[in-house]
Amino acid sequence: MVASLLRDLVADHTVRTVALGAAILGIVSGALGTFAVLRRQSLLGDAMSHAALPGIAIAFLLTGSKAPFVLVAGAAIAGWLGTLVVMAIVRSTRIKYDSALGIVLSVFFGVGLVLLTFIQRRPDASQAGLDKFLFGQAASLLVRDVVTMAVLGAAALTCAALLWKELKLLAFDPDFAGTLGLPIRVLDAVLTGLLVIGIVVGLQTVGVVLMSAMVVAPAAAARQWTDRLGFMIVLAGGFGALAGVAGAILSSEASRLPTGPTIVLCAGAIVIVSLLAAPNRGLVWTWASDRRDRHRLRLDAVLADLYALAGQHGTLDHAHPVPVLEAMSAGHGVSESLRALEERGLVRQRGDEGWTLTPTGSNEAERRFRSRSTLEEGA
Amino acid sequence: MPEPPAPAIEVADLTVAYRDKPALWDIDLAVPSGVLMAVVGPNGAGKTTLIKAILGLLRPAAGSILIHGRPYEEQRRLVAYVPQRGSVDWDFPTSVLDVVMMGRYGELGWVRRPGRRERELALEALEQTGMHAFAGRQISQLSGGQQQRVFLARALVQAARIYFMDEPFQGVDATTEVAIVKLLQELRGAGKTVVVVHHDLQTVAEYFDWVTLLNVRRIASGPVREVFTDENLRLAYGGRVAFLGSDGRPPEA
Repeated sequence: MVASLLRDLVADHTVRTVALGAAILGIVSGALGTFAVLRRQSLLGDAMSHAALPGIAIAFLLTGSKAPFVLVAGAAIAGWLGTLVVMAIVRSTRIKYDSALGIVLSVFFGVGLVLLTFIQRRPDASQAGLDKFLFGQAASLLVRDVVTMAVLGAAALTCAALLWKELKLLAFDPDFAGTLGLPIRVLDAVLTGLLVIGIVVGLQTVGVVLMSAMVVAPAAAARQWTDRLGFMIVLAGGFGALAGVAGAILSSEASRLPTGPTIVLCAGAIVIVSLLAAPNRGLVWTWASDRRDRHRLRLDAVLADLYALAGQHGTLDHAHPVPVLEAMSAGHGVSESLRALEERGLVRQRGDEGWTLTPTGSNEAERRFRSRSTLEEGA
Repeated sequence: MPEPPAPAIEVADLTVAYRDKPALWDIDLAVPSGVLMAVVGPNGAGKTTLIKAILGLLRPAAGSILIHGRPYEEQRRLVAYVPQRGSVDWDFPTSVLDVVMMGRYGELGWVRRPGRRERELALEALEQTGMHAFAGRQISQLSGGQQQRVFLARALVQAARIYFMDEPFQGVDATTEVAIVKLLQELRGAGKTVVVVHHDLQTVAEYFDWVTLLNVRRIASGPVREVFTDENLRLAYGGRVAFLGSDGRPPEA
C-alpha cells in the first residue's frame, strides 16, 4: 500500500496538488503556532479558526464567489475580529480570558453554522461545497488554492523571519521589550495577524473545527526535542508538513475519511511519539533516568548503612543480616542492592550470618561518606 | 551650596490607578544621580507600579516623569531594567547567552540580528556576574540565583546610566545576594544611579545610601540616615514593624 501511495504521489496530479497544499499548511501553521504555544495562547487559535466560519459564509453571500482568495479574506477578517472581541471582553469586563475565548468561539461558530445552512437552502446550485470548511476536504484543493496558500504562507513566514528578534523578545519578556521602546501592542497585533494567516491557510484542507490542532500539536511536539527557538520553529514546521501530507494522502486516497480529522490524527501520533521518546523531556527518558537514580541511591544507602555498622562495631569482620539492613534503609530491594555491590567487590556475604564491607568497600565508603558534606556544598 | 545638576529621576504628581483603585497617589520624587536607592513599603504599596510607570509600561492617570531632565521616550538608552525573575517563563527555549544579548536589541534597531559584537558584550557581562561558564546553558537549568544573575547581565549590556531592579534579592541565596550587592555598589561607584525594589528592611541601611518609603503615597525619600527612621517606617507600614537596632535607630552604614 505504501509503495502504491508513493507511486500515486509522484504520478497523480491531484495527489501532488493535495500533498503540496497539505505540506504548505503544515509548515505555516506549525511554525507560526510555535509563538502561540510559547506565549500560552494555544486556545486563541481555536477561537480564531471557529470564528472564521461566519467570515467564509458572509464573503460568499456578499460576492457570490467561491474564489479561494475571497473566502480566505473573509475567514481572516472574521478570525481577526473574533480575536479583537476576546481582547475587548477581557479588557472591559470581569470575564476572564478562557471564558471570553469560549464565548467568542461558540457564538461566532454558531453564526457560521446558521449562515451555512441558510446558504445551502438557497435555490441556486452554485453554493454547494462550502461545508467542506467544517471538516476540511483536501481532495477539493485546486492548483489556484495551493498558490493562494503558498503566497500567504510565504508572506507570513517572511514577516516572522524579519521580525525574528522582536517577536522572540515579545514572547519571552514583553515588559522588557516595552522598556527598550518596542511597540508591544503593534507587535502583538502583528503576531496575532500572522497566526490568523497560519490558520486560514489551512481551513479548506483541515476545516475550522480542528484547525487549532495544527497550531498547537506540531509546536508542542517540537518543544520536546529541542531547547532552541529557531530549531523548534523549523521542527514544528516539519512536523506540521509531515502530518499534513500523511493525513491528506490517507484521506484522499486510501479511504473516504474527512481530511481534517485524519491530518489531526497524524499530528496527534507525532505528539505522542515526542512525549514518550524525546531525549531529556520524554516520559521514557525521565522514567529510565529516575529508575537509574533510585537504583544508585539505594546502593549508596546500603553501603552507608554497612559503613555505619562497621564503625559501631569497630570491625569489618562482623556480618549483618539483611533484615537489619532493611530496617535501616527503610526500604525493600536490599538483597538486590547487596548483590549489585557484591559484583563491584564492595561487599561480601559471610555464610548465613549476613553481609559486611570488603576492605575496598570500606575505603570507598570512607571516601564517599566522610566527604559528603563538602561534596554537597560543591554541588 | 552650588546648584545641584538635574536629578537622574524626577517624578511629579504621579498618580496611577487600576480601575478605580489608586495604586500610586500624587507621588513626587527626585532621585539624585549616582545613588543606590531602595524602594521599600508593604505589599501593595505600589513599588513595582512605580517602576513600571517610570519605565512607561503603565499609563499614569496623571503626573510627569523626567529622566535626566527629559521625557523617558527620549532617554530610553540611558535606562536598564531588571524585571522580577518570576515574570518570565524560564522554560522558554533559549540559552543564557541569548537572553543576555536581548539587552542589546534596543541598540540594534529593527530587523538587524545580534552579531559578534553583541556576543562579546554579553560574554563580558556574564563574566561580571560570575555566569561566564553558563553562557551556553539552557535557561530552564538555572537555579533562582543564577536566573537573577542572567537578568543582571542583560541589564549590564544595556550600558545604561540608570538601573531599575525589581526585587533582585527575591529567592536568591546568601552568596548570590552578597555578589549582587557588590555589583550594585560597583555600579554606583561608576557613577550610575541604581533603583532597587527591596523587601528586607534589615539590610536597607547596610546596602543602600538612599531610600524611598512608599505606601500608595510617598512617605519619605532621601538619604537613608535621614529618612529611614522608626517614625517613617511606622507611617509606611502602619505601626506593624518594630525591629530596628536596640536604640530604635537603623544601624549606621
